[in-house]
Amino acid sequence: MSEQPRFPTESGVPDGFQYMHPAYIKNFGNWAYHDRPRPGVLHHVAKSGDEVWTVRVGTQRQLGPYEINLLCDIIDQYADGYVRFTIRSNMEVSVTDEAKVQPLIDAFEDAGYPVGGTGNSLTMISHTQGWLHCDIPGTDASGVVKALMDELHNEFRSEDMPNRVHMTTSCCQINCGGQGDIAINVQHTKPPKINHDLVANVCERPSVVARCPVAAIRPAIVNGKPSLEVDEKKCICCGACFPPCPPMQINDPEHSKLAIWVGGKHSNARSKPMFHKLVAAGIPNNPPRWPEVTEIVKNILSTYKADAKNWERIGDWIERIGWPRFFELTELPFTKFHIDNWTGARKSLNASTHIRF
Amino acid sequence: MAEQTPKNPEKHSTYLPREKKSSKPLHDTPMLDQLESGPWPSFVTGLKRLAYEGKHANMMVDLLGQLEHSYKTRLGYWKGGTVSVFGYGGGIIPRFTELMDDDGKPMFPESKEFHTVRVQPPAGNHYSTDMLRQLSNSWNKYGSGLIAFHGQTGNIMFIGTTTDNTQSFFDEINSYGWDLGGAGPCVRTGMSCVGAARCEQSCANEQKIHRLLVNNFLDDMHRPALPYKFKFKVSGCPNDCMNSIQRSDLAVIGTWRDDMKVDQEEVKKFVADKGRKYVIDSVINMCPTSALSLNDDDTLDVDNRNCVRCMHCINVMTRALSTGDDKGVTLLLGGKRTLKIGDTMGTVIVPFMKLDTEEDYEKLVELAEEIIDFWAENALEHERVGETIDRIGLVNFLEGIGLDVDPNMISAARQSSYVRMDTWDEEAGKWKARQAG
Repeated sequence: MSEQPRFPTESGVPDGFQYMHPAYIKNFGNWAYHDRPRPGVLHHVAKSGDEVWTVRVGTQRQLGPYEINLLCDIIDQYADGYVRFTIRSNMEVSVTDEAKVQPLIDAFEDAGYPVGGTGNSLTMISHTQGWLHCDIPGTDASGVVKALMDELHNEFRSEDMPNRVHMTTSCCQINCGGQGDIAINVQHTKPPKINHDLVANVCERPSVVARCPVAAIRPAIVNGKPSLEVDEKKCICCGACFPPCPPMQINDPEHSKLAIWVGGKHSNARSKPMFHKLVAAGIPNNPPRWPEVTEIVKNILSTYKADAKNWERIGDWIERIGWPRFFELTELPFTKFHIDNWTGARKSLNASTHIRF
Repeated sequence: MAEQTPKNPEKHSTYLPREKKSSKPLHDTPMLDQLESGPWPSFVTGLKRLAYEGKHANMMVDLLGQLEHSYKTRLGYWKGGTVSVFGYGGGIIPRFTELMDDDGKPMFPESKEFHTVRVQPPAGNHYSTDMLRQLSNSWNKYGSGLIAFHGQTGNIMFIGTTTDNTQSFFDEINSYGWDLGGAGPCVRTGMSCVGAARCEQSCANEQKIHRLLVNNFLDDMHRPALPYKFKFKVSGCPNDCMNSIQRSDLAVIGTWRDDMKVDQEEVKKFVADKGRKYVIDSVINMCPTSALSLNDDDTLDVDNRNCVRCMHCINVMTRALSTGDDKGVTLLLGGKRTLKIGDTMGTVIVPFMKLDTEEDYEKLVELAEEIIDFWAENALEHERVGETIDRIGLVNFLEGIGLDVDPNMISAARQSSYVRMDTWDEEAGKWKARQAG
């Protein structure tokens, strides 16, 4: 470090135009339509008549210099030296010459990078940091994603789903992975284990008490030291106390399970945006390949693929066929835990005689 | 592709250098090794490459050791701390190992500090290969070499460096145009879709909105002092590819208020190609407000007064249908995930606003300032703006930021009669006055 500290230049968000494909700049705001000549390729036509073909490539999200140079070499040699990333860590590489599309696809696939993730495909799973870097993780999102994408890569490379499938994984119930058609999230099943020797020094106790969504935490003196105690009958095992108070360990190798939620949708297309809903829980957190998760996900996907209409997202499909039919078709158990009891839950109950027999 | 033998093993996602340049021997990683097979590119192989020959390869040797330990015990071992760069209070995610041996020394000492630097991506996530290589070179010099494109808030995450190297890395990339993102109770890094750069459905200049909003609040980003996080996300149309309604405090979504455009010749071609049944089942009947009708001559009628701009038909019939010309944005406030009151979506606070002139954009920024100021003054600690609205009611919030009520803000009118309405005449008068313009 230099002896004179350097003041930062508060430059904020970089201007995308300096790194943008020239055809994007030329036709900015003046595109006419698009189509998809094959899975993994978008074809956009501008009002000027200009055309760009964009190849979408799946990545492992975390890239090192080897991968960056490997991918950049391909982009420089077979495309025009520009790339953008989608929200799901796919790369998008555009060319203005249709003849360059197939060699570009071949170059990516020859290098082990799958082309796909467009249209009605299962695209890359958006995910969180997990054991690699998070301070409160219940699992390793990167590993779950790798295991799943290995099994589902044909669905990434084709467009055979009724509509697009966005999946997410999250390593705790904060759900940083976001809403998904299918979401795989950690679900704790036991209250935190408290190290009372550390609480007074590590935790700001009033803010931990305030953080609990069900008011189950109260200050207490334990073994002569100021600490916190949890009313275990009230505790919903959400883990919200753990980030502000690490001595309240919520993660447990046995009792931190995985749960699967379905039907989340961010788009306003057809129905309004939807949050995902619980369908399966109690799934063991079973590294390195989490086979129990994969099995349930594949079951849900194949049922959706067989039963949904064109353009129905998973959430649209379940709204049409109803939840009883969803559980019947997937053969997943329906339990008392599927009936919500949080604030506003009565709105999720069936206040009608609308029943499919 | 899949499991086939690579044509050129030296240029492949499965490549591992023959020679290991790092001095520290690799730990056994039998569980992680199982994530090296399979057709999807393996992050484990990537970590191993860095452990073989990265500039800080020994750090990655130990990182792999700690990660394998997590796989075995099913527990995480990182704790936070306080690391930042000179002049800023946030933007770094400090990580210190908690895995100690019996003597209290780190079991994996080379990666005992493994901080992430959050850096704001360009609006629209555009990069040149030159710039990607430059960023990668800088990070390989001062950090592990591992970069995530991108984190869930939208940051480029430069994963894994020491406290000392954090400042050096930031100084280097800041000198060529890159700035830290947000971490902690502050305005966070924003996101915007590809939008007008390559999408005909774009109804806004997403990049301009993104940069204008975030860059106006850099002090609130770099020196965290808000009640909790505040996120901006910008989507160019109601497909909301940035998930802004669910995942941002202030969602800016492009839309239009005149008629959508129909090219009847293209409609006829689409019907000829796909058949009437497909068009009726997959387009007409899927319109949420029954605003579409297929005519006997295979042209399309649109009831634009009842179109809610959901995008479905435009998504399906990309050549025949397109957004209107009178474009602007809808603003929704208060989206967030579970903590603490449960999920809330953003809800409409401005049904439509034009963004044509510089004055229009100034109004947007001024409104964002009003929102953040009112929230900062009135929120409880660790309360997102959606939770403040839940606690005090939308009407109080609107009065606090100086916005009038609008029926587009609700999906249903009040059903509870438990409300005091002795100023009804006055409120009805305000509505009439506004209607009279």
